Amino acid sequence: MSLMKIPYYPGCSQTGSAREYDMCTRECMAGLGIELLEIDDWSCCGSTPAHTVDHSLAAALSARNLERVEAMGHKRVTTPCPSCLTNLKTAEHRLSRKDFREKTNQLLDRPYEGGVTTKSVLQIIFEDYGVEALKARAVKKLKGLSLAPYYGCIMNRPPEIMRFDHHENPVAMDKIVEALGAEAAPFPLKVECCGAAYGVPRSDVTARLTARLLDAVEDCGADAVVTACPLCHMNLDLRQSQVNRKQRRGFNIPILYITQVIGLALDIAPEKLGMDLHAVDPRPLLKKLEGGE
Amino acid sequence: MRIGVFVCHCGSNIAGTVDVVSVAEAARLFPDVVFSTDEVYTCSEPGQKAIRDAIREHRLDGVVVASCSPRMHENTFRRAIEKAGLNRYMLEMANIREHVSWIGKDKEKNTFKSTELVLMAVEKLRKNRPLVAKSFDINKTVMVLGGGVAGIQAALDCADGGLDVILVERESTIGGTMAKLDKTFPTVDCSTCILGPKMVDVSQHPNITLMTSSEIEAVSGYVGNFDVTVRKRATYVNNELCTGCGLCSEKCPSKKAPDRFNEAVGNTTAINIPFPQAIPKKASIDPEHCIKFTKGKCGVCAKVCPTGAVNYEQQDELTEVKVGAVITATGFSLFDHTRLEQYGGGRYPDVITSLQYERMLSASGPTGGHIKRPSDGREPKNVVFIQCVGSRDKSVDRPYCSGFCCMYTAKQAILTKDHLPDSQSYVFYMDIRAPGKQYDEFTRRAMEEYGARYVRGRVSMIYPRDGSLVVRGADTLAGTQMEVDADLVVLAVGAESGKGAPQLAEKLRISYDRYGFFLEGHPKLRPVETNTAGIFLAGACQGPKDIPSSVGQGSAAAAKVLTMFSKDKLESDPAVAQVNQRRCVGCLKCVRTCPFGAIKEIEARDGSTKAEVIDTVCQGCGICSVTCPHGAIQLSHFTDNQILAEVDALCLSWMDENFA
Repeated sequence: MSLMKIPYYPGCSQTGSAREYDMCTRECMAGLGIELLEIDDWSCCGSTPAHTVDHSLAAALSARNLERVEAMGHKRVTTPCPSCLTNLKTAEHRLSRKDFREKTNQLLDRPYEGGVTTKSVLQIIFEDYGVEALKARAVKKLKGLSLAPYYGCIMNRPPEIMRFDHHENPVAMDKIVEALGAEAAPFPLKVECCGAAYGVPRSDVTARLTARLLDAVEDCGADAVVTACPLCHMNLDLRQSQVNRKQRRGFNIPILYITQVIGLALDIAPEKLGMDLHAVDPRPLLKKLEGGE
Repeated sequence: MRIGVFVCHCGSNIAGTVDVVSVAEAARLFPDVVFSTDEVYTCSEPGQKAIRDAIREHRLDGVVVASCSPRMHENTFRRAIEKAGLNRYMLEMANIREHVSWIGKDKEKNTFKSTELVLMAVEKLRKNRPLVAKSFDINKTVMVLGGGVAGIQAALDCADGGLDVILVERESTIGGTMAKLDKTFPTVDCSTCILGPKMVDVSQHPNITLMTSSEIEAVSGYVGNFDVTVRKRATYVNNELCTGCGLCSEKCPSKKAPDRFNEAVGNTTAINIPFPQAIPKKASIDPEHCIKFTKGKCGVCAKVCPTGAVNYEQQDELTEVKVGAVITATGFSLFDHTRLEQYGGGRYPDVITSLQYERMLSASGPTGGHIKRPSDGREPKNVVFIQCVGSRDKSVDRPYCSGFCCMYTAKQAILTKDHLPDSQSYVFYMDIRAPGKQYDEFTRRAMEEYGARYVRGRVSMIYPRDGSLVVRGADTLAGTQMEVDADLVVLAVGAESGKGAPQLAEKLRISYDRYGFFLEGHPKLRPVETNTAGIFLAGACQGPKDIPSSVGQGSAAAAKVLTMFSKDKLESDPAVAQVNQRRCVGCLKCVRTCPFGAIKEIEARDGSTKAEVIDTVCQGCGICSVTCPHGAIQLSHFTDNQILAEVDALCLSWMDENFA
């Protein structure tokens, strides 16, 4: 297939706490023959704080990056992070209103008039690359592995803006996981909140919500969770021991990124995918996979 | 010509934003106007009397009323001038309410526009000619579409009134949705016990012809003389021979056909009679699941049938019938809950619809009246009801209230306690809407006497945990989130228009709203009429309705038909198209464009081809007159000259000012 080139917006999390998500995204996309063109001099999308203070400011932070994409001569951009995705897409949506666009452009050196489409890495793989092509490309089938696809609350919401998959029962990762030879566990809390940024001010809330998710993962008999969100990953993986402590539980469930799972099926070495950077050790899972072949 | 102009205040409706006195003054200067005045309420008796008096006093031979829309009061004023001896078509109306006062706030501009509209009406009236209606014979047979409770009531009332009735039903039995209900609110009496006798009355009434498994194929004609083609689907059973013994169903080896009558709770046989009280009690074959049809061999039913009624070769039959009026009572269908993924989207077997629950509660239903979880057959302990599933929900394009779900949910909560005394019901609701007689008292009984716990809030999701279902919602009165461990969840699905309703409306040439419900003639004053003469509405095809309202409308529609048929002849509207035979070249383009089939081809005396309008069929739409390349067709009361007079009135003065 022809080489697909697409501008890439990594997002700040992917340079810090979730740098393995960036690693595996780059590896996975390269493995699929999709060339990621990192946006030159990209900046933070404003994340949650910006839009809670000022919509124009938040839109300006995103618009700056979208303008960079246009300057590259492209009309599309992809990002692995659902939070960045929401900000970029919401900005594009709000900027379609003339008065808002004028107000926002006053904050920018180079005005942005709209016209760049943002898609998540997951959406690019699911819609543009396609499940069938993925199936053909997957040299190492993930037989015997049962994965709980966890989408989180903002990947598909609000549906009017995100326009991807179903907002109550998304299936993109389910279909991908099945195409790679693994089983998609019937995980019912696909779009439940993990507690998100509450992990900092109210870790008890996050612990309670995360425990409920992990309970449901155990209930449906999955070996691991697969997610596409760095914040979900942080709460489920990094804080899993915190959950165990606060809720007096003994969870030991590996949390993987969808691009890691695809990477494994492309037979990319686990270290290259950043598998050694997780808090919950995925090695028993990898052994099971090796043994299952 | 001597014209009188009457400008109406409509209280403050018009006078509030139009200077009606100066409009009347300006009108005095218009050509042929000999009298002009303003009236506070022209439609009132004093207002009408003023018109009659003015006609006599000033020897008027035409009247312009500047008031509301002609849809509102054209007939009122036509009758008024007729009483004073004028021809009813010597009236013109200028709509200065809907077209002016209600939509504009600038009094000066409104007054100017009103004056222009009055001038247009005067100029048109100057070209008006008296027209006389023709009368025509009518066929006093009425067709009722749909054999639910509304259609049954309408059919029985018409038949009792001495009319011949043809009742057409899509399913193999009449009874409609009401036949599927266990009990009815607020009396908790057995639905079949009150509907059953009416169904029997239909089958035994000498004036009623029942056509089941039948649908309308095509409709032509006009009020008093409709020609309807009815398609009777092949049921593969000869109804004249079938005795309804049920032996065929007992022996049928294909037992996996979805039971449509029981809302797919359980299966049925490929040949079956939907329920014991079915009218007519005749078997029919579901060819999609019949082994004879799918695999080519079997034929057990034909072998066991004692009367030889089974006929695998049966074909659809088309029947032409002539009727004078049609009552549409085609009912409604239910919202498809699988669209709501947050409630499981149909993936969880223990999340069922209210109508499925109704079948489960029914003693003649698939579970024999026992409440059982579809997943494992266990009796549930906690039953959660969720209201407004597909009602009052803009996200699924169902912003309207279905009206009856609050009541049937209360009824089902009461019945649940009756069936399972140890059970606990929870009802998630948005608001309780119980405005009928004894309705609110009924919902209070569900809460107070039967202990149903009503939680005000929406459910955000349902998910399985440890063999039961977690129902998570908001308790907005307590301001908290709430989770209930449910064994069974019943979704109070809302009402949608019937399947195929828009297509039927197109055949009947009646209007329907964006949700597929048929439009009444006037939301308040013509609730069972449509804007197509001779077509009436009853029941939930017009909008969601409970049983008492449906029955009421059934009777109302019947009364309308009986009133119409109390005359032996009807008058046709003379505002129809006419072909000028001398100018017609016989191209027959008009024949092809007429949507009503009202123009026929004739042979003139010299042998040439001409077009001719059938007065009684023509609806006066005017398509033919603009199609005719030679201007040979004129629409009476809306001739080219009349329309041009209006246009000139509006444009000539403007042209003079700007281009003179």
